[in-house]
Order: sequence, then C-alpha cells, then structure tokens
Amino acid sequence: MISLANPTRFLELAARAIPWLAVAALLLIGIGLYLAFFVAPPDYQQGETVRIMFVHVPSAWLAMFGYVLIAIAALGTLIWRHPLADVAAKAAAPIGATFCFVALVTGSLWGKPMWGTYWVWDARLTSMLVLFLLYLGLIALWQAIEEPGRAGRAAAILALVGVVNIPIIKFSVDWWNTLHQPASIIRPGGPSIDPSMLAPLFVMAVGFTLLFVLLHLIAMRAEILRRRVRAMQQRQIEHAALVEA
Amino acid sequence: MQQTFGLAAHKLGCQRGGRTIFRDLSFELAPGQALLVSGPNGAGKTSLLRQIAGLLPLAAGELHLEGASPDHALPELCHYVGHLNAVKPSLSVGENLQFWSTFLGGAGADVRNALAAFGLAPLADLHAGLLSAGQKRRLALSRLVAAPRPIWLLDEPQTSLDAASLELLDAAIGAHLASGGIAVVASHTPLKSKFAHKLALGKERVR
Amino acid sequence: MREALALLARDLKLAWREGGAIGVALGFYLVVIAITPLGLGPDLNLLARIAPGMLWVALLLAALLSAGRLFENDYEDGSLDVLTTGALPLAAVAAVKCLAHWLTTGVPLALLAPVLGLLLNLPLEAMPWLVLSMLAGTPAVSFVAGIGASLTLGLRRSGLLLALLVLPLYVPVLIFGVAAASAAITGPASPWPPFLMLCALSLAAIVLAPIAAAAALRTALR
Repeated sequence: MISLANPTRFLELAARAIPWLAVAALLLIGIGLYLAFFVAPPDYQQGETVRIMFVHVPSAWLAMFGYVLIAIAALGTLIWRHPLADVAAKAAAPIGATFCFVALVTGSLWGKPMWGTYWVWDARLTSMLVLFLLYLGLIALWQAIEEPGRAGRAAAILALVGVVNIPIIKFSVDWWNTLHQPASIIRPGGPSIDPSMLAPLFVMAVGFTLLFVLLHLIAMRAEILRRRVRAMQQRQIEHAALVEA
Repeated sequence: MQQTFGLAAHKLGCQRGGRTIFRDLSFELAPGQALLVSGPNGAGKTSLLRQIAGLLPLAAGELHLEGASPDHALPELCHYVGHLNAVKPSLSVGENLQFWSTFLGGAGADVRNALAAFGLAPLADLHAGLLSAGQKRRLALSRLVAAPRPIWLLDEPQTSLDAASLELLDAAIGAHLASGGIAVVASHTPLKSKFAHKLALGKERVR
Repeated sequence: MREALALLARDLKLAWREGGAIGVALGFYLVVIAITPLGLGPDLNLLARIAPGMLWVALLLAALLSAGRLFENDYEDGSLDVLTTGALPLAAVAAVKCLAHWLTTGVPLALLAPVLGLLLNLPLEAMPWLVLSMLAGTPAVSFVAGIGASLTLGLRRSGLLLALLVLPLYVPVLIFGVAAASAAITGPASPWPPFLMLCALSLAAIVLAPIAAAAALRTALR
C-alpha cells in the first residue's frame, strides 16, 4: 500500500497491469456471454429472458462493490490520509454509477416479460435506484467543489454517511415491499439456481469485476495526469507573475 | 490572576489548495509579548493566524504552548478576530456581545467592561444592523475583552477604524500585554503598540 | 452546557426575529399540498389514500428549503470561525443548530400537517398519528439536513445540491413515517412498529449526524 502511495510508481504499475487486465476481462466476459447465451438452458418459467440475469446480477454486484470501494477509499482519505485515496474514490464513482444504471436498465428489461411493465417498485430495484441516487450525489458533490482537497474530504464524508445508511435503506425498502425474486444465489441451504446457470454467472461476475478494475485503473491514471497538468499550469502562472514583478 | 502562556512556532508550513504558502516559519513569544506579521496580500498572514486558531491544519512543523497542561487546547485559549466581524444584524449590540461572552467563557461584568473599552456603551440597545462599518469593527474587537483569553489573534484589526478607535484598540492591546497576554497581529499599517517581534512574510516566493 | 444553551437561545432568537424563513417553509408546504388535487383531480377517496404520503413528501421538501440556512449565515459573517474556538466541541455546536432547526421548522411543519390534511380529505382519526409520526421523524430530517448543509457550505446552487444529497438518505424516514401515519386509516396494522423505527432513526441521527457535520464543517473552514 505504501509503495503505491507514490503516484509515479502507481502510474508505472497501472500502465503494466492495464493490458493484461484488458485481455483477461474481455476473455472472461466473452466466455461468459457465450456460456450465457448458448450453453445455459432456458429457465422453465421465464424462458429465454432469464439470460438477462447474466448481465443484470453481476452489474448489481459491481454497483455495490463500487460503493464499498469508495467507502474504503473514504477511510483512506479521512483516517490514513493516503494520497491516492481520493483519486481512487473519484475515479470509482462514475464507473459504479454506470454499473448501477446497467443493473437498473437490465432489471427493467428483465421485468417486462415477467411483470408486464417496465418498472415495478419492488424491494431490489428500488434499493438499486436509491443506490444510483447516492452515486449521483457523490458525483455532483465532486463537481460542485472546486478545490480538490476539500472535494475529496467532503465526498469521503458523504460516502461514509451513505455506506452507513445503505443497510438502513435496504431494510426499510424490504419492509416496504417484497415483489422481486428473493436473493437466489446466497441462501442457507445452497443456491437455488441450477448449476448450469451458476457457472456462466460466476464467469460473468469475475469478468465484470476485472472490467471494473481495468476501467478504474484507467480512470485513476487519467485523474493523476489531470492533476499534474493543473499543477504545471499553476506553476506557470506563478512563474509568469514573478517575471512580471 | 489569569494563567499566562508562551507560544512557540517551530518550522511551520502552510498549504492551501495544493500550493505552499509558506514554510520554515518560526517564532517565540513569551507572556506579555506581541508579534507583528506583515506582508503583501496572499503572503499567508491570515493563514498563519488561522493555523494558530486551529482552523487550518499545519502542513509542517509544530505549535507549542509553553506553560500549558495537556488538557489545554490551543484554539480554546485564543481570541480570533478575522476580517469578518461575526456580528448578527438582528440582535442588539449588547445581545451580540453577551452571547459571545457566555459562549467564550466570560463572566457578567466582562460585557460591561468590553462595551466601555470600545466606546459602545451608548449603543448597547441598538440593533447591530444599524451600525456603521467602524462601529461593527469595534463590536467585533470588543469580544477580546468580553471573555478572558490569553492569546489574541488579530487580522487587520484596524480596518474601518478612525483615529479615536485606534487609540482604544491600542489601549486594549496594551492592557492585555501588561497582564501577561500574547498577541499576534497581522497588519499592513503601523500600530502604536509595542511589538517585541516582527515577521515579514512573502519576501521570497516558494517554488 | 451554558454555552450550548446560549447558542440555542441565540439561534431561536435569530429565527424568531428573522421570521421570514419559517414563514416561507410553511407557505411552501401549503402551496404544494394545495396544488396536488389540481394535478390529481378532486376525487376525495383518491386524495384520502395519498394524503399521508403526500403530506410527508411535501414536508421533506419544505424542511430542505430552510436547511441551507443552518450554517450558511454563520459561515458568511465569520461567526462559524469563532464558534470553533469555544469550549463546546464543534459536533455539539452542529447538534445545537440542528435542534434549533427542528424546533423552528420541523415542529411547525408537523403541527401544520393535519390542517393541510383537511385539504386532502385526511380522515380525522388519522391526524393524531400523522402528527406523532412527524414529530418523531422530523428530528432525523433536521439532523441529516445538517450533514447536507455542512457538506455544501458556501457552494453555488447549494440548495439544490443539498436536496440531491440528502433526499435519498430520507427514504427510511419517509417509509416508516407514512406507514405510521396511515396505519390508522389502512386497517389492522399497528402504527407502533414503524413509529418506534422512526424514533430509533431520529435518535441515531441525533447522535451520529453531528459528528459527520462537524467533520464537514472543518473541511469547509480550511
């Protein structure tokens, strides 16, 4: 962790990791999609439409993973003052939000054949929608504060407030409504999904995770370079002021 | 008798917005001494005062309170009078001062003394929104006397003050130093108070 | 302790004298409820069914309207700087200000709600629980608003940003609040479980929100 604290070292490591991650992610997602669309059998109830699950469920997992990542980065900013923590948080927010959005859209598309409408206010989708709003809030806060130090700290506080609230929100939304399928993967007594469906799901999940990490590293690099440009511009301004004086 | 303290700064560094404002700044004040901080705008005078008051963290170095026990916190021993006056227009002069006196640990008599020290007694029942700029500044400065604190941090205190009011300010600072207090004053213009130490910021640009 | 009481007294006095903000919040509450039937049609049965939810949603929006002034005023005139140098911890300062907000905004809105409920054909027997649920839930509203207000201190468009940040966090309060308020109308379900949840949420907010708000205030004051 400490060696990664140096932005230059981080850029080097990221540059080397990115091509490998890209290949691995594409490979796994490719295999996963093949398994999902051609190998896995159709559900006896839902037919072919169940295949959307192979995109929807991993997206939902990664939306939550992204927020947890941001919350951990928030601790890094506020408690350990790790210099790359706020870069990690800022880079992760749009990626997590996008996965969240994908989960919402695929969830809606998946639901249409089952429920007859594009949106139903059941517990899972509603919680995911609220998570999306929390992401939007984080991104909006980052945009609204010009000074990056304050932006990083404020976003970190908001992320921690959000992460504490997420279980409460989930509990309250569950209490409010339960229409969506119960969480069929993790359940006492084993998963209730047929193993032939489980394999593609996990392949997709791992592939998506690698994709997240890939995008995250790319975004972090971009942010670090952006900050360097800003610092160079500031030095240029100061130097010009000195020359004038 | 109020407890007296010394204040020592050792190699202070200050950063704002990622830029270094100053570094390697050191000074030492014994009880009864005052420090005058001068320098152009942006040199860090306000930042230094805010660091001592605990509003801005130290990027480097340390601040040491001489003669203090561990349960003394530096910000709670300081009066900070910045550019803004912290005056509420819809409260009266007396109410404004009474609030700050209670909040900052003063006693009842302190409010009367504070009003008198800055010539505000006749205005005590007026809404503070009606005051002129100079009167509002005097109200802000009267906080200094409304609650006893050993360290005074004054940022351009003479702004908007006329000659008579400047005399009142100097008298207040003088009395404070005489009873063993410390003052750090940032100012462009000369004040009559005797400053044991002077610090000029911004002489060299930090690269 | 006397510092906390002095601060509370000052904030209540200021809210009373600068009465405008409370009036605007109450007026906004009235306007939103008044135009609702214009949008939904005057079917009294429909209105009665949506009344608890509508009253709660409008209350949240009205409370958020005045949340901006929680710290903004003190920030702009330099009082916040001096408040940090007091013996009272900054979290306690934030808590006192949120309490003042609740007393001057949350409570009046909660007390106005049953009157506005008449416009929506809210049955009389639902009114006590409506007020109780709001009195129990509005502390959470004020204290969480404090977090939003401290994060957005001094920013442009801070009012809208504050609402965006804070409304998702209000989802649990809204859910339990409406459940407690409408239990009296919708039949056998007891209002007690959601009501107690509301109390728990408010208590948690009172304890935890000031800590986050103080951290955000320090960040803004740098």
